[in-house]
Amino acid sequence: VPVLRPMDLMVEASPRRVFANAHTYHINSISVNSDHETYLSADDLRINLWHLEITDRSFSILLPANMEELTEVITAAEFHPDQCNTFVYSSSKGTIRLCDMRASALCDQHTKMFEEPEDPNNRSFFSEIISSISDVKFSHSGRYMMTRDYLSVKIWDLNMETRPVETYQLLTVLFYQVHEYLRSKLCSLYENDCIFDKFECCWNGNDRDYRQDVTFEASRENSKPRSVLKPRKISTGGKRKKDEISVDSLDFNKKILHTAWHPLDNIIAVATTNNLYIFQDKLN
Amino acid sequence: MFLFLSLALFPHLLQQSDIMFPKGTKRKFSDSGEDPVCSGVQGPSASSAAARTLSSSYSLQRQSLLDMSLIKLQLCHMLVEPNLCRSVLIANTVRQIQEEMTQDGTWQIMTQALAAAQCPADRLVATEVLCRQTDAAAQAGQSPKPFSVSDLEEGYHSEEVVMDGDVETEVTMSSLSPVSPQLSSASYLAGPFGVAPCWEEEEEEGDCEEDEEEDSEECVSEGEEGEQDHLRADSRTGEQVFGTFEIKHPAPPPDPALEELFSDVDPSYYDLDTVLTGMQSTPKMGPYDLLESLSSHGPTALSSTSSCRSDLNELDHIMEIIVGS
Repeated sequence: VPVLRPMDLMVEASPRRVFANAHTYHINSISVNSDHETYLSADDLRINLWHLEITDRSFSILLPANMEELTEVITAAEFHPDQCNTFVYSSSKGTIRLCDMRASALCDQHTKMFEEPEDPNNRSFFSEIISSISDVKFSHSGRYMMTRDYLSVKIWDLNMETRPVETYQLLTVLFYQVHEYLRSKLCSLYENDCIFDKFECCWNGNDRDYRQDVTFEASRENSKPRSVLKPRKISTGGKRKKDEISVDSLDFNKKILHTAWHPLDNIIAVATTNNLYIFQDKLN
Repeated sequence: MFLFLSLALFPHLLQQSDIMFPKGTKRKFSDSGEDPVCSGVQGPSASSAAARTLSSSYSLQRQSLLDMSLIKLQLCHMLVEPNLCRSVLIANTVRQIQEEMTQDGTWQIMTQALAAAQCPADRLVATEVLCRQTDAAAQAGQSPKPFSVSDLEEGYHSEEVVMDGDVETEVTMSSLSPVSPQLSSASYLAGPFGVAPCWEEEEEEGDCEEDEEEDSEECVSEGEEGEQDHLRADSRTGEQVFGTFEIKHPAPPPDPALEELFSDVDPSYYDLDTVLTGMQSTPKMGPYDLLESLSSHGPTALSSTSSCRSDLNELDHIMEIIVGS
């Protein structure tokens, strides 16, 4: 005889709509437009524009280039928070292109291109790889952009294309201060492929004072829930102070690649492979 | 299929790995404690003539980096998730190293040294594949492809006998060229028997299938690929390198023209193919594809001249059996 057994409520996700067959490479970005009707999806070589209600049709607003001359791929894309015809996309060569969909159906001609000239003193065989932008985010106001490359976070003013307004040249992570020591580690990071990790960045809700409010991804995991996280410095070598962590003890296999900041409150969500952490301001 | 070497052919990389990756031990060769290859070294582009005589450690490191990068490219299709961005970045790194080595003359030295060695062609093919993409960057006077591969190709032109009778036989002779299918342009192959469009399609099919041991749909004909036929000869190199990252789609409906071409293929081909190449069974391979896979799936991707000639005799013998009566 069948027995009724009460169980806890189970939540199961099921797709409401599937937008399929428009990408042949890994999708790296999705961005809903400010008109709340369309959104874009981007893979390594293509950006498609979709209508939220139409699943079987999309428009390619950026097309793959000639495969023979393939030296650059799209790494991230996002719609402007206010202007529904403007979007931005970043590349593996460290450039950011601003596009206006009104200009032409195919947005391979960018409106503006943002690029910081390479510092010739710091040039190495890894320069291009670490300049590859892994994430680009508009500020909520739409006036600024934040980009994340391997070793730094840069804030760009949309009115100034020649160089970023601010550059955080440290690999600053959420709760650790890490200095330029990573430059000397690039060979190892190349060997173990960690140099290809893609980190995210995000803005604080009010992005008024972005210096303090910008969050960076964390590269170390933390274990206990509700423990208070203390920022700890990474020492580059030589004498190590008491509370610091030595460079070589960092495990590059433990990393946090996804993060989000609550749009209103100071609450941060951080995701590792299998775990999601929520952090908030310590309540007094 | 990547024609790059396996790790066994880069033994010096293993020995040098402790130079490149001290893993916490002190590095000896730079004053600031930083690896000169990793940071801030401009290499031979520096102004002074003294800088042009590279320290051997820098050369070694650079060579190791090149080898490691080539291996990464070779193995990238074995990753759990093939990553186009990563491969593009690695390929750019290789190109960068190659350009620098070409500038200071090391590249030519290396290729000539390799040409004299036993199994040179694999690495040459590796560099050849990447060199083809740098043709635009290579200046006049520089010859980024001074390889014996092209010599081999010329040497075998004489073998390309235009014969009466079987189209198959003609294809046989040109397919037996040790030059890999990727290197011989479609137009070159189309010449002797003038079935260019068909050949391109077949070769595409065959290449796609032979390229991957696992089932793959790289040859899902994207609209834009079809439009680039005029670039076919060169673009296929890029596609060979990067085309493997397309996400698998359900296979497109089979081309009726191809079906027709293969309809009279004797199924015994497939068994022979499996035996000879050790591959997983591929869905449909015509005799042309069989020969291509025979020539390129051997222990080394391209054999040296002498072993190729003996391979030719074997293949001749096999062809007699297949084409037979």
